[in-house]
Amino acid sequence: MSAPAPEFDRGNARHGDDSRGRKRGMPGDRTVLAVEGLDVGTRHTPLLHDVTFSLHRGERVGLIGESGSGKSLTALAVMGLLGEGLRAGGDVRLSGRTAATRNLLDVGEREMARLRGDAMSMVFQEPMTALNPTMRVGAQVAEVMRIHGTQSTTGARRRVVELLDQVGLPDPAHLARSYPHELSGGQRQRVVLAIALANDPALLICDEPTTALDVTVQATVLDLVVRGVEERDAAMLFITHDLAVVATVCERVLVMYGGRIVEAGPVAEVFGDPRHRYTQGLIAASDLVGEGGRRGRAALPTIPGTVPAAGRFPDGCVFRSRCDHANDLCASLPPWTPRGEHPAGDRAYGFACHHPAGERPSHSTSPAGALAEGSTVEMEQHRG
Amino acid sequence: MLLRLLHRAMVFVASVLAASVLVFAFMRVLPGDPARVALGINASDEAVARLREQFGLDRPVVVQYLDWMRGLVTLDPGIEFISKAAIGPQIADRLQVTLILVVTAMVLAVLVAVPVGIWMAVRHRHLDGLVMSAVSQVGVAIPAFLAGIVLISVFAVRLRWVPSGGWVVPAQDPVGFLQRIALPSVSLAMVQAAVLARYVRSAVLDVLREDYLRTARAKGLRPVQALWRHGLRNAAVPVVTVLGLQLATLLIGAVVIERVFVIPGLGSLLLDSVAQRELLTVQTVVMVLVVATLLINFLVDALYLVIDPRLRTGSR
Ligand SMILES: Nc1ncnc2c1ncn2[C@@H]1O[C@H](COP(=O)(O)OP(=O)(O)OP(=O)(O)O)[C@@H](O)[C@H]1O
Ligand code: SF4
Ligand SMILES: [Mg+2]
Repeated sequence: MSAPAPEFDRGNARHGDDSRGRKRGMPGDRTVLAVEGLDVGTRHTPLLHDVTFSLHRGERVGLIGESGSGKSLTALAVMGLLGEGLRAGGDVRLSGRTAATRNLLDVGEREMARLRGDAMSMVFQEPMTALNPTMRVGAQVAEVMRIHGTQSTTGARRRVVELLDQVGLPDPAHLARSYPHELSGGQRQRVVLAIALANDPALLICDEPTTALDVTVQATVLDLVVRGVEERDAAMLFITHDLAVVATVCERVLVMYGGRIVEAGPVAEVFGDPRHRYTQGLIAASDLVGEGGRRGRAALPTIPGTVPAAGRFPDGCVFRSRCDHANDLCASLPPWTPRGEHPAGDRAYGFACHHPAGERPSHSTSPAGALAEGSTVEMEQHRG
Repeated sequence: MLLRLLHRAMVFVASVLAASVLVFAFMRVLPGDPARVALGINASDEAVARLREQFGLDRPVVVQYLDWMRGLVTLDPGIEFISKAAIGPQIADRLQVTLILVVTAMVLAVLVAVPVGIWMAVRHRHLDGLVMSAVSQVGVAIPAFLAGIVLISVFAVRLRWVPSGGWVVPAQDPVGFLQRIALPSVSLAMVQAAVLARYVRSAVLDVLREDYLRTARAKGLRPVQALWRHGLRNAAVPVVTVLGLQLATLLIGAVVIERVFVIPGLGSLLLDSVAQRELLTVQTVVMVLVVATLLINFLVDALYLVIDPRLRTGSR
């Protein structure tokens, strides 16, 4: 059984009701988010299929995959922020806050709005446009506390300075009075992070939060993100293209392609010993392997072919149009193969591939398997 | 910010000066001898000479221009060639009437167009939004004078709810005033509302696509709240531009509408003066209209600075 849900320092007591039972996790269960069989699509085009994963309190899980594989859609579906014309089916549950023990996909907009920015929040990729250009940043941070009644107006003002200070912004009292255009991209992303963390969410979703930032700034912002969720014992879903970032930030990783989670597991295992052919290609194309750490991107092998447009993925295995190992069997949907025990369940550690890497193939020796083994060592060097 | 305002103010003054030269040139120099124009081709040479001397039309053009400018600045542009009536007070009276008409029309247009435009944007994928959009598209194409004539024939001639034209001072007869301003202001407002609503629609649609609106939703604001608190102020920037242009258009549009509804405004004065060949009056009225238009532009620029903090920094 887990420790009792920690009390968070809110600076100021929430005025009014504790009757909402905030922060009370379900006893014996540290699950914050449970997504099961999530399907998303337009009326004509299915975009996500059977996405299943769960996040525990304090857990940092990466979501990787090439552009167009459905990472953002997954995040938006959880937040209930899918664009008009997209529909979601399946089951999404957020625990730890009473109102949300229901399937979020059935919850009305009013109730979802109450959860957003409070029990769960999100940081988006583009910091330059994420803030309202006509409103002082302090007011934008204060707003998220006022909306949810977590702070009185005066309390919020003090808390804004604290939060801006926590995300490492210099002279926060003065900075709170600036407009977004007076800040750099990195500073703006810190403000966005302060907004996301203001109400101590149980779940933080980051959609490529540092992709748009300078490399020098990336590390600091990542550090702040990790510190922010650690302090709050929050769960984090971290979307990125950058496998090295996943390796430093996350404990667990979900690999997505064609709107499906094709492989999942602890970062060291998945990156060191990928089983799905797509994951294997992704890692080979990343700068995780290879001597001397980072190499020029041009020198990297890439996964052959391009990601099909939405709705153009093959049936059966979504990767078979680009996979070197595809055969007739791959025209049928590969079943999920658990790799080992994981507290978060079968789907947290396993893969869906008919001819996984690292398995003695019945006919020939797979050179890719050898490569995967070799890269385990390199991975450890890289991380160590 | 002050620097920028000062810069804009200087641009305004420079434009007014440039405009005054143009107006003077077109009205007074190009048509030839203003005294001859005023008196007509049948006038005797002595009469023309007398008028020329009386109004100093025989002096060098530059002196005449400076004289006129002094009259404008001191708000005393002198008297008419023929009737000898003072021009200043006439323009003041007429301008007041036109301003009441134009401002009423603009307020009506804004009151209708802003909510309708927002509605069209928010519901742009739904039938009601599309229908409103189509209606506004048609509205854009209806000229104000045509709307005026139709309104008169329905509400004044057929239904006899209101008089077909004329004017009373609001303080003297408020009810009569309202009855008389209803049709002309509505005719002016209709097109403007249709045009404005389309701009509001596209401005709001743009804002709805902005990342910061998604941030606002992610903070826990419902769509309408997010649009209200974060969207509208940002959507206001392009709309204010259009509002400025429309006010200027309305001033000109009022010239025609005042004719249709027999309203003693600046437009009527302008047309009457043209008919009577009172060049000095025509020239001054045109200048007043030009200054009003430029002033609107200046105010729009100033308003930008209030709305959008990004424009305040720097001295661009
Ligand atoms: N509103 C929509 N209507 C139709 N298709 C959509 C919509 N939103 C996203 N898609 C499609 O769904 C697919 C997945 O999109 P998603 O944004 O989740 O990709 P992603 O994995 O986040 O990629 P990236 O790394 O580029 O952000 C894409 O092919 C995209 O074109
Ligand atoms: S199931 Fe077949 S096509 Fe898909 S990744 Fe595995 S081997 Fe390749
Ligand atoms: Mg994305």
